[in-house]
Amino acid sequence: MLRLIRNLKELYRYRALIYNLISRELKARYRGTILGFFWSFLNPFLLMVIYTIVFGIIIGPRDPAFGGSPWLYALFLFCGVLPWVWFSSSSLESANVLMIHGNLIKKILFPAEILPIVVVSSNLIHFLFGLPILFLFVPLLGRPYTLYLLFLPLIIFIQFIFSLGFSFLVSSLTVHFRDIKDILANLLTFWFFSTPIVYPMTFATIKKSKALRVFINLNPMTHIMQGYQNCVFFGDRLYWHKIGATFGLSLLLFFFGYYLFDRLRDSFPEEV
Amino acid sequence: MVAIEVENVTRIYQKYSARHRFQTFKSALVKGDLFQALKPDELVTALDKVTFKVEEGMTFGVIGENGSGKSTLLKIIAGITKPTSGRVRVEGKVSALIELGAGFHPEISGRENVYINGIMLGLTKQEISKKFDEIVKFAELEEFIDAPVKTYSSGMYMRLGFSIAINVNPDILLIDEVLAVGDAAFVPKCLDRIDDFRRRRKTILFVSHDLSTVERICDQVMWLKGGRIQKIGDPKRTIDAYLQDVAEKKEVDFEKRRRDVEVTQHWEEGRRENRWGKREIEIKKVRLKSMEGKEKHVFSPNEGMIIEMEVSAAFPIKDFVFGIGIFNSQGICCYGTNTHLEDFEPVLIQGEGKVICRIEKLNLINGTYYLDVATHKRDGYPYDYHRNLYSFLVSSLYKDEGVARPEHHWEFSPEIKIKPPQDRGLARSKRE
Repeated sequence: MLRLIRNLKELYRYRALIYNLISRELKARYRGTILGFFWSFLNPFLLMVIYTIVFGIIIGPRDPAFGGSPWLYALFLFCGVLPWVWFSSSSLESANVLMIHGNLIKKILFPAEILPIVVVSSNLIHFLFGLPILFLFVPLLGRPYTLYLLFLPLIIFIQFIFSLGFSFLVSSLTVHFRDIKDILANLLTFWFFSTPIVYPMTFATIKKSKALRVFINLNPMTHIMQGYQNCVFFGDRLYWHKIGATFGLSLLLFFFGYYLFDRLRDSFPEEV
Repeated sequence: MVAIEVENVTRIYQKYSARHRFQTFKSALVKGDLFQALKPDELVTALDKVTFKVEEGMTFGVIGENGSGKSTLLKIIAGITKPTSGRVRVEGKVSALIELGAGFHPEISGRENVYINGIMLGLTKQEISKKFDEIVKFAELEEFIDAPVKTYSSGMYMRLGFSIAINVNPDILLIDEVLAVGDAAFVPKCLDRIDDFRRRRKTILFVSHDLSTVERICDQVMWLKGGRIQKIGDPKRTIDAYLQDVAEKKEVDFEKRRRDVEVTQHWEEGRRENRWGKREIEIKKVRLKSMEGKEKHVFSPNEGMIIEMEVSAAFPIKDFVFGIGIFNSQGICCYGTNTHLEDFEPVLIQGEGKVICRIEKLNLINGTYYLDVATHKRDGYPYDYHRNLYSFLVSSLYKDEGVARPEHHWEFSPEIKIKPPQDRGLARSKRE
């Protein structure tokens, strides 16, 4: 534990590098495209349009919470999909990041944990770019802004810690077990549908089945996603005990992930 | 003061990594030889109980063949890899030039890469800003610094990498064979910079195959062989010992190869092109000509041939013999002679000259012939021996057999009724 804290202090010395790598990542991503940074807004917007058409208009909302309005359902979907994209692309990129930057790990002395941190952070920034689109659609699709929006940074912070922990775990293990990359892609699909993103917790099937409720509630992402939905969409009902427990779990995952990463650190230069 | 202290350092690599095992895990399950797949792997000892010290301000060279552990040693001193056992102590800030430009991002500009690379190597943003112009100037990239790095040539890439690393201003500089890619103008510049480091009494650990540079700049040299220290000390003596070792190894290789060649040559008699001799007298050019002096390579059996050799003696020589030999395609010597056999008495050869051998009539049968020409001492010591280097063709309408075609003609008593051949051009000689 002491060693971890010392490592974290050491990381603070490298904050300029982290900052630079994130900005490099963001710059490099749209380098050479005509629309450039505008893509950061356009991507979530187009995603929103697709979800509205497919789930709102073609399939249609089946839960009474949306009163049959495809627009409301699309907004609800978007509240969950936007942060989920942050989480899933962070995890998938982390699985590769140590191998992609193997050159750095092999040739330059620097703390490797910077790499997953940069992945999660640059995806966070993309997520933040998408938020104005979300906020823009809240009144357009007929929902009021509420004071619960002020809790949004807290939810984002919890997800950040959780994602970091998960990324540490995934990135360090993938170095030794390359299969994780493929397992992860499937796991994330399964995880997506185990989280109330396309359906609310009030959905009839879930209400009826206790086992299903327990299962979904054991999923930490459930409470993070519900946090977003409650802050932005419903504007009420924050379950503080669940959010608190999720935060605790996120911290636990963070330290466990970091511990594992630290233990495996010495093997990276050889294995990547 | 000691800048680098390496004590009993051993580094062992697994030949097949755990990852590899995991990849074979699936196939192992399928084939059912799980236990075989999981048995311990072969280990490779890259460094074996290496102990040495480098005093502060010293330029310390490390030499050895590929795979002798030089790079592993450098990585351990840089802290990039950990030793399997043993201890390393390093006093001061280390900058390792192990791979230049490692971590450059191809999509972003040289300018941004300088900042990121500099920070990775331990500079602060302010320090980089202060040194930025110097870095760019040294790399000679003023015009291109805002272009994406992917548009750089490998030389530009390397120059920028070197320029950043050298401007980190470390106490200890580790250099691993990075100068090998530089062009003729940039390498001396880098060496100047390294000399500058030496004058400022910084410690340098220099790994290189460029032995003359090692000898020039190093105060002490260590020779690694198979992960062990073979010799350590005075540069000249260590390098000599290393070269001796390499030469012995080469000699053995060469000897073995030569023996292989000899065996095969013995079996495929003849046709191999060859030339030997120390060329005190050199046969520079050999021409085959007709009697009229026209260069040609296809002759008829009744034609004459001129063999013209341009020779040149490196210094005045009193003992020399010129010879020729004609071989058919089976490798049989049809005719051979030399000036000694024909009792010419050599007096002196000096500078350039010409030797001409006129054969009035070839008298050979149809076929391809190979020519040996040689100059040697009377006792056979070769100056220049050309074996089967020249060939010519004899084209005859007769299908006669044998090695040579002695001049002859037929006569018949009147009782025998026989028709002479039709005049077919070449047949004219027959009944003259």
